[in-house]
Amino acid sequence: MSVTNSIKEVSIKNLSKIFGRGAVKPGESYGAPGIGSSTAISVFTSITLIFLWWFITNMGWIEPLFLPTPEAVLKKFADVSSEEFAGSTLWGHTKASLFRVFGSFFLACVTAIPVGIAMGVNRIFRGIFDPPIEFYRPIPPLGYLPLTIIWLGIDDVQKITLIYLAVFAPMALSARAGVRSVTIEQIQMAYSLGASRGQVIWHVIVKGAMPEIITGMRIGIGFGWTTLVAAEMVAAEAGIGHMVLSAAEFLVTDVVIMGIFVIGAIAYMFDLFMRFIERKVVPWKGKM
Amino acid sequence: MSVLELKSVSVIYPPATKTGEDVHALENITLNITGNDFVVALGASGCGKTTLLNVMAGFIQPSGGEVLLDSKPIKGPGADRGVVFQQHALLPWLNVIDNTSFGLMLQKMKTDERTKVASKYLKLVGLEEFQKHYPYQLSGGMRQRVGLARALTSDPAILLMDEPLGALDALTREIMQELVLDIWRETGKMVFFITHSVDEAIFMATRLIVMSPRPGRIIKSYNLDFYQRFFKTRDARRVKSQQEFIDVRQEVLNIIHGDEIRIDQG
Ligand SMILES: Nc1ncnc2c1ncn2[C@@H]1O[C@H](COP(=O)(O)OP(=O)(O)O)[C@@H](O)[C@H]1O
Ligand SMILES: [Mg+2]
Repeated sequence: MSVTNSIKEVSIKNLSKIFGRGAVKPGESYGAPGIGSSTAISVFTSITLIFLWWFITNMGWIEPLFLPTPEAVLKKFADVSSEEFAGSTLWGHTKASLFRVFGSFFLACVTAIPVGIAMGVNRIFRGIFDPPIEFYRPIPPLGYLPLTIIWLGIDDVQKITLIYLAVFAPMALSARAGVRSVTIEQIQMAYSLGASRGQVIWHVIVKGAMPEIITGMRIGIGFGWTTLVAAEMVAAEAGIGHMVLSAAEFLVTDVVIMGIFVIGAIAYMFDLFMRFIERKVVPWKGKM
Repeated sequence: MSVLELKSVSVIYPPATKTGEDVHALENITLNITGNDFVVALGASGCGKTTLLNVMAGFIQPSGGEVLLDSKPIKGPGADRGVVFQQHALLPWLNVIDNTSFGLMLQKMKTDERTKVASKYLKLVGLEEFQKHYPYQLSGGMRQRVGLARALTSDPAILLMDEPLGALDALTREIMQELVLDIWRETGKMVFFITHSVDEAIFMATRLIVMSPRPGRIIKSYNLDFYQRFFKTRDARRVKSQQEFIDVRQEVLNIIHGDEIRIDQG
């Protein structure tokens, strides 16, 4: 009886630590969700996961066919860096994929952001673009992949189009939402200082929408990476997605995992870069 | 000398619901602002003060009547009327000097020239040391001062202020009342100033108009000179505690309150 009671007490104490029931130290705000740094915990989780992976595979508890050891994956990374796999070296595959993803991303930036802004400030543009975007947005790219092949063939144009479509919608909708985050006072203020409509759009609305535009770019590039493998499914000569798929066909699991890590690492590094840009461009985000 | 004239201005908003009635936000407002008038509009919220200011600013077209600035009808917003908003409306991506010179930038004035003009007005509002700060680094009162400096840079004929001190704490508010009066005296601009603080209205106005809601009308107008006593003595608290001040406040409160009772009974 007393044992279960004390267990109860301990667990409630821990819970109240996590959910912050007691008074907080000066400088912290009581009740703020998720305060404090999580970096140390994240590092710890990552190391634990890798260790578990290493431990389980090296103990031979899992067939290498299903999950190879971290060393094997690392070795494959070195091997494929110099020797060709599925028609190209790792750098060749990476180059092809980077070109597709960033090509699509660039095209989406120069089209989706203006379209989103135009939808936000003009009912005619909103009327025109709203139905097609809202219609195709929820369809998974795999769904319209066959159509892009029928229409555009199987070269890079088709692949870039597929990724572009996946990136376009979230970026346009974020830019449009950004327009709405500008306050009516800011717009009226500019007009009362003699601004033209074009000046209001550029100097107030576009700049005010910047936080959402950058968020949209981050979401968009994420969609780009997700769509990459689908885009490289059919008739690619190079590309990380192509490499992973060919490896899977021959059950070369270490290459599959290595490819996944390469995509993950590039995507993560680019997101860090975007967050850096965000801090530079919109240091005021969330502060006003 | 500039003149802003409102002749029998009325504003009718469409009903808020399908079955509702039109909202007569303003009815038959006639008002002249000229010279260095400091006109204060006082009234409970919902009596049409903001609507009146929006008509003057050119944001709203009146449903009836005329609005003229120097005999020319007001067709839309323009740099000849500076607006100060309740929520400062600063641009968070620009620092203080760039926010202040925003209007000059829109008018394509050269950078060093507009910095010079903006510095002058920042000095006037006591913020010359904060040029490089960003709005999120400023207190509420400081933000409002930047808003005021910005409105002044385009050298407007009139300053339109919609409860500019409404969001400030009581102490900051008193300081800002004095600052606004000093700037008004220094620049000699006409001012149209909205508040729902009776003390603030009586203290600052050369002319006080008391408004009543539904329909929004001017029910009483006073010519006042308490601001002059402040300029002489520099002691706002004493001015506000003089018997005369208290008498006027009582009368104004009676009017506003009596009006409410009348509406309740009607
Ligand atoms: N855009 C609008 N549409 C419909 N009614 C409005 C609108 N703006 C204000 N009103 C109505 O007009 C009246 C006066 O509003 P307003 O000018 O904002 O008053 P105040 O600034 O004195 O509080 C209120 O009854 C308000 O509900
Ligand atoms: Mg108002």
